[in-house]
Amino acid sequence: MANTANLEAHATGHDQASHDHHTPTGWRRWVYSTNHKDIGIMYLVFSIVAGVIGGLLSGAMRLELQEPGIQIFHGLAAMSYGLEGDAALDAGKHMFNVFVSAHALIMVFFTVMPATMGGFANYFAPLMVGAPDTAFPRINNVAFWLLPPALLLTVLSMFFEGPSGALGFGGGWTAYPPLATSGHPGPATDFVIFSLHVAGVSSILGAINLITTILNMRAPGMTLHKMPLFAWSVLVTAFLLLLALPVLAGAITMMLTDRNFGTTFFAPDGGGDPILYQHLFWFFGHPEVYIMILPGFGIISHIVATFSRKPVFGYMAMAYAMVAIGFVGFVVWAHHMYTTGLSLDVQRYFVAATMVIAVPTGVKIFSWIATMWGGSITFRIPMLWAIGFIFLFTVGGVTGVVLANAGADRALHDTYYVVAHFHYVLSLGAVFSIFAGWYYWYPKMFGYMYNEFLGKLHFWVMFVGVNLIFFPQHFLGLAGMPRRYIDYPDAFALWNRVSSVGYYVTFVAMIIFFYATWEASRKKRPAGDNPWGDGATTLEWTLSSPPPFHQFSTLPKIESKDAH
Amino acid sequence: MVTGQFFRKLGAVSAAALALLPAVASAQDVGRGHPEPGQFHLQESVTPIMDSIVAFHDGILMWTISLIVLFVLALLVIVVVRFNAKSNPVPARFTHNTLIEVVWTVVPILILVVIAIPSFGVLADQMTVPDGERKYLGSNIFSLGEVEVPEATVTIKASGEQWYWNYEYVDQGVAFDSNILSEAEIAELKPGQPRLLAVNNELVVPVDTTVRLQVTASPTGVIHAFAVPSFGIKVDAVPGRLNETWFNARETGIYYGQCSELCGKDHAFMPIAVRVVTADEYEAFVAALAESRDYNTAAALLPAL
Repeated sequence: MANTANLEAHATGHDQASHDHHTPTGWRRWVYSTNHKDIGIMYLVFSIVAGVIGGLLSGAMRLELQEPGIQIFHGLAAMSYGLEGDAALDAGKHMFNVFVSAHALIMVFFTVMPATMGGFANYFAPLMVGAPDTAFPRINNVAFWLLPPALLLTVLSMFFEGPSGALGFGGGWTAYPPLATSGHPGPATDFVIFSLHVAGVSSILGAINLITTILNMRAPGMTLHKMPLFAWSVLVTAFLLLLALPVLAGAITMMLTDRNFGTTFFAPDGGGDPILYQHLFWFFGHPEVYIMILPGFGIISHIVATFSRKPVFGYMAMAYAMVAIGFVGFVVWAHHMYTTGLSLDVQRYFVAATMVIAVPTGVKIFSWIATMWGGSITFRIPMLWAIGFIFLFTVGGVTGVVLANAGADRALHDTYYVVAHFHYVLSLGAVFSIFAGWYYWYPKMFGYMYNEFLGKLHFWVMFVGVNLIFFPQHFLGLAGMPRRYIDYPDAFALWNRVSSVGYYVTFVAMIIFFYATWEASRKKRPAGDNPWGDGATTLEWTLSSPPPFHQFSTLPKIESKDAH
Repeated sequence: MVTGQFFRKLGAVSAAALALLPAVASAQDVGRGHPEPGQFHLQESVTPIMDSIVAFHDGILMWTISLIVLFVLALLVIVVVRFNAKSNPVPARFTHNTLIEVVWTVVPILILVVIAIPSFGVLADQMTVPDGERKYLGSNIFSLGEVEVPEATVTIKASGEQWYWNYEYVDQGVAFDSNILSEAEIAELKPGQPRLLAVNNELVVPVDTTVRLQVTASPTGVIHAFAVPSFGIKVDAVPGRLNETWFNARETGIYYGQCSELCGKDHAFMPIAVRVVTADEYEAFVAALAESRDYNTAAALLPAL
């Protein structure tokens, strides 16, 4: 796209930094940062830190579930709280729920979202549309710095009283009342609510900034229909954030007043309705899952085109498929609630609406394959992740079609089948797209090249590991194993053991990832402006690696008649 | 090209595995009413509702999604083999093909319609308590309904508590609690029953009888969910709400389920056990229960397990 962009911008960009007002250094450069690239890097680092915490929590869960019977959590509780016997056992059972809840909250709000909409969107959306920075650089700073306290609040919640006499919030990331209200009288839940409020404000500010940037600051000649698909994905996602998060904020505020100020929005004994909360939560929650995956769609499109040395197939269909997914994503929420007692007609509607989403999703899958078709593909590391993404996302997508059918969901609802499904689209979909983006843009962001062998090793070990974790979970779900269980009937032992072994393999993959990143930072192999060749046509590849502190002080002109 | 070879092998292995899955799934022999070690498919059905779920899942959904995944995998393998930089050094430049774009939009819609037709039937059966007239799909999900199900004659109310179930025979106005048994208790009272599934007092229902099941939770408690996989039922137990479902089991035996909505620390420890007995045994049991108000007295009339 935009391959005839004015390269003079590049030249003037270089010496810009030197005679500009001086570039901040040291801690001031980061803490006071209003620079979209520095803020993007901080988001990525934050996401990695949170991802490690969230990943370790799931490690404790897989250790626990490796064998039938309670393995480690009574011991963890004994160590942490100094309890013994049955008291330690009870505390351990609750602690497992706390780990489940914290794992989900951290992975959703503090790992995936900061990586895609914080890191990559901040860094690359302005570069791709030819903007010197985002529209509101100070808001950008605020949006980032709200996140560490939000994460801290979630982590702290694990150390405050939840249910009487037990520590932490164990009500799941969905936080359904009454378990999250009367079931958790202690302040742990309030910490989680406040954490989500703060993270929500951060996301809304970020979304406003990105929407304004993309709508108002595109370089001359870059119409919306010439804009790179990653920028499209960020634009759609930012609108989803803007419309969905206030609904979550409203729902958890009502929960907060139920808990602390005597209202009864969700309390049946005061005329309230616990199901109302579920409607509000999923009105946010379903768009939220698209918020996590849509930026990945954008990343994958660029990588597939770059390494096929061929423009994206069906650009307009690709862009509007994302718009369609975002739009329909708002009218399917109650497919998470088929067992709550919805009437037959309501369930029929949500079955039909949900299945509609498969159509634009299929358009995207087939268009990626059509982009590769006829291409001249080199299997560099980002491309391996992208191809892995397409396959695994397809697996996660088709189990979504199964679950969309309320009749079939009756058997699978709240079982490990659901856990397998959403980890295939998120843990193997969204996370693979994040790693794809990391390896694709690493040379651009840091100016150095990583070791090709280590990157490939990371991909293959992780591919095997995550499939070992999550594929057997389909079997557990079909056989009827409910989710969020600390212990299970002995018949489920085999596939749980396989799943736990998969965790260890994935753990090794993460060590390889950190080693590869460390190795790249030590060896300092210069990457050059464009390490990927003529397939990489978006504007960021016209800049130096890393790009100058301020870019495009002379705006690039997009002269291409046929941008895609 | 090493990657190409790997993908080819991966493709062949996955294709074989995925193609075999639905066939093997129906061949694996399973016990009834509980999961079997290593099981990788739905539990065996004993109700018309679960018959239709199994037919829908194994007969349509599983084949459809397996074929779609295989198709995408095959396309990826072709792309990797034919369009790598070595085999195809000069990339094509095409970016549009209206015909193929129409095809990959319309064909998925047609597939979804084919799925939706039985899907709506299966769903409607689940949500409609039999009145004696209506015919149900059973295993033949493309029929208009050919399974006769009698009107509901037994009504039971299940209430989720933290952390056990309370069952009430609504017509008799008699209720009892059903609690999990520890391993030691199983060994003493009900040897051979599965750990985490066995309970002290099973819910007793008659065979070949339509049972109307009302599900709720303690008004001051939290949400639970009542589920019995072999019956194909799962209903949330919500404080302040009375949800309703039904089942008609055709085989005697014990059918286990587990709480299916996160409800606190003992969420994994409030199993559901439904004992299906003959009509005569049920009559004797429920009469004794109504008179004595004591579960053990009534259960003593049932044959030993």
